[in-house]
Amino acid sequence: MSRGDAMLPVAGNGLLDRRLFLKGGMAGIAALSFGRASAASGARPEWARAPGSPMSGYGGRSPFEAHVQRTAIVSQPGTAGSGASRTPLEHLEGTITPNGLMFERHHSGVPAIDPERHRLMIHGRVQRPLEFSMDVLERYPRVTRLHFLECSGNSGAMAVSPQAPDQSCGALHGLVSACEFTGVPLSVLLDEAGLDAGAAWVVAEGDDSARLVRSVPLAKALDDALVVMYQNGERLRPENGYPIRLFLPGFEGNMSVKWLRRLYVTDQPAMSKDETSRYSDLQPDGSARLFTFSMAVKSVITSPSPGLDLAGPGLYEISGLAWSGSGAIRQVEVSADGGASWAPAHLESPVLPRHLTRFRAPWDWNGGPAMLMSRALDDGGAVQPGRSEWLASHGGRSFYHYNAIQAWAIDEDGRSRNAYA
Amino acid sequence: MRSQRPDILALVILMAAAGSPAELRAETGPGLGIPMDSARVSAMNLTVLPDGTGLPPGSGRADTGAEADASCPALAAVRPAGSGGPNDALVGGSGTLATQQPVKTVGSYWPYATTVFDYIRRAMPYQAPGSLSADEVYAVTAYLLYENGIIEAGEIVNARSLPRIRMPNRDGFHNPYQPSMEQPDP
Repeated sequence: MSRGDAMLPVAGNGLLDRRLFLKGGMAGIAALSFGRASAASGARPEWARAPGSPMSGYGGRSPFEAHVQRTAIVSQPGTAGSGASRTPLEHLEGTITPNGLMFERHHSGVPAIDPERHRLMIHGRVQRPLEFSMDVLERYPRVTRLHFLECSGNSGAMAVSPQAPDQSCGALHGLVSACEFTGVPLSVLLDEAGLDAGAAWVVAEGDDSARLVRSVPLAKALDDALVVMYQNGERLRPENGYPIRLFLPGFEGNMSVKWLRRLYVTDQPAMSKDETSRYSDLQPDGSARLFTFSMAVKSVITSPSPGLDLAGPGLYEISGLAWSGSGAIRQVEVSADGGASWAPAHLESPVLPRHLTRFRAPWDWNGGPAMLMSRALDDGGAVQPGRSEWLASHGGRSFYHYNAIQAWAIDEDGRSRNAYA
Repeated sequence: MRSQRPDILALVILMAAAGSPAELRAETGPGLGIPMDSARVSAMNLTVLPDGTGLPPGSGRADTGAEADASCPALAAVRPAGSGGPNDALVGGSGTLATQQPVKTVGSYWPYATTVFDYIRRAMPYQAPGSLSADEVYAVTAYLLYENGIIEAGEIVNARSLPRIRMPNRDGFHNPYQPSMEQPDP
C-alpha cells in the first residue's frame, strides 16, 4: 500500500484506510502533519540539571497526570459510599484499567476487611459444607484471565435522558473497566464441597455492611467463574473486593460479588432485592425481565470525545473500545458522517473473549462538522444497535443493559459533544 | 510440609492431564476446606428463599413496625413517592409500571414478600445493619406490607405466614435466562 493510496478516503467525511498507521505508513505523514521543530536552544531543563528522585516503595504517577481521576462520583443522598465512580475512559489507552481507576459501585461503602478474620463459606446443597481461610485459599491452584467488568447500569443516562447529556465519555460510559484477574476457579471449590442433587444456583454474598447478595446459575459457576484475589498483578484493592471477590466473565457487574464471604448452593434463586427490585429490566408493557445476565455487544469512541478537542484540520487517529459479554469482538466499523457510510477499524491484538478490544481508524478531518460513531459486531453475530432501535426494543423506561451506538458531534472548532443521532 | 509434596505432585500431573494444549486449567485443589457444622451454617446463613427457607423464629405486626419509622431515615421513603425520603420510594406506584413514569416500590414491583425480610435483616438500618432482632425485622416487614395495602394492620407476620403473602406484582416478571445462552470460551 503506498502512502498515496492510504490517503484516499474509504468512507465519507475523511475516513481513511485502517492500514494507514501500519507498516510505517504513518511515519512520513506524521512528519508532514506534526513536523514542528522542537526548541532550538540546547539548554537543559531543570529536571536534567541535577539527580532526580530516589527509588520508592510503591510508585505514583507524574504530578502532571494527577488530573486523571475517577469521574462522575455520585452517592445516594445522605450517604458517602452508596453509589458509583466511573473510569475516565478518554484518558486511558490500551485495554487494561489501572487499579486506581477501575470503576466502583458500592451499596454501603467499602469495608475494611482483615484477611486473617475473613472466611469464604460454601454450604447448602453440598455434601460437605466448608469454610476457607484466606491462608488456605493461597494453596489452591489459580488461573489468570483478561476480562472486562461492566455494570448493567452503564450508559443508562443515554436511555432515559430526553436530551443527550453533556458529559465526558467516562462519565457516560465509564462503568466498564478491564483488568487481569487472578484467582481460584470456583469449580474447584464447589467440587471439593461436592454438589448434591438439585443444586442449580449459587447464591453469593458479600461481607460489606449491605451484605449484597446475587444468585448465580450453577452452569456459570462451574464454567468460568473465579474467586479472584489479584487484579493487575497485585492484591485486590479494598474498593474492588479485598481480600476476595467473585468474578463472572461477561455477566453484569453486580453479580461479581465483592468481599465474597458466602456461597449458598440452592435449587432456586434467592430473589434478592438486587436481582428483583433493582437489576431487572422493565418492559413497555409493565412486565419485567429477570436475570438478563450477559452484557451485550458494545463499543464507544474514546478519542476524539468530549474534553479532547481537535487542534485543527488534519490527520487524527480515531480510537475506542469494543466488548461483548457473549464472546469476542469480530469487527468494529466507524463513521464520520453520522452513519451514512462506514469504514472498518483496525482491531489491536489480542482480541479476547469478554475483554476490551482497542480499535483504531485514521481520519483526515477537513475542519467541518462531523458526527463520529462506532458499531461493533461480536463473534456470535450480534450487532450493536442504533439508539432508536434500542429504545424501540427496550421501551426507554429501564436504563439497564444500554448498548446502543454512541455519536460524538464535532463542531468547526474541533470540540466534541454527546449527541443523539 | 514434606508429607504434602506427593499431593502437590499429583495435582500438577492432574492439571497437566486435564489441560488442552492451548490452555492449562486447574481442575482440582488440595482439599483444605474446613468442615462447617450445622450450627455454624445456621449462624452464618442470612438468606431467605422465596419458599420461606431461612426465616427465623419470631413474629411482628405493622403497628409495632411503624414505631421504627421515627428513628430510621430509610423508612422516610414509606411516605408517598415524591414527598418522602431521599432514596427509592417504598410505598405506592400501583398501576404505574406500564406508564412513562413507572414507580417501582415494594407494593408495585417486588415479586416476593420474603425479599423484604431478607433485605431488611441483611442491610438495614443503613447506619447499623444487623442491629435489629428477628421480631423487629418481622415488624418492619409487616409495616411496609401494610403501608402498601397488602396486609392488615394487626396481621401477624412470621415464618409461616410471610411466604404465603402474595405480592401484587408476583406475575409481573419473566425469566429469559437459559444456560445454553452462554457460549463457552473457544
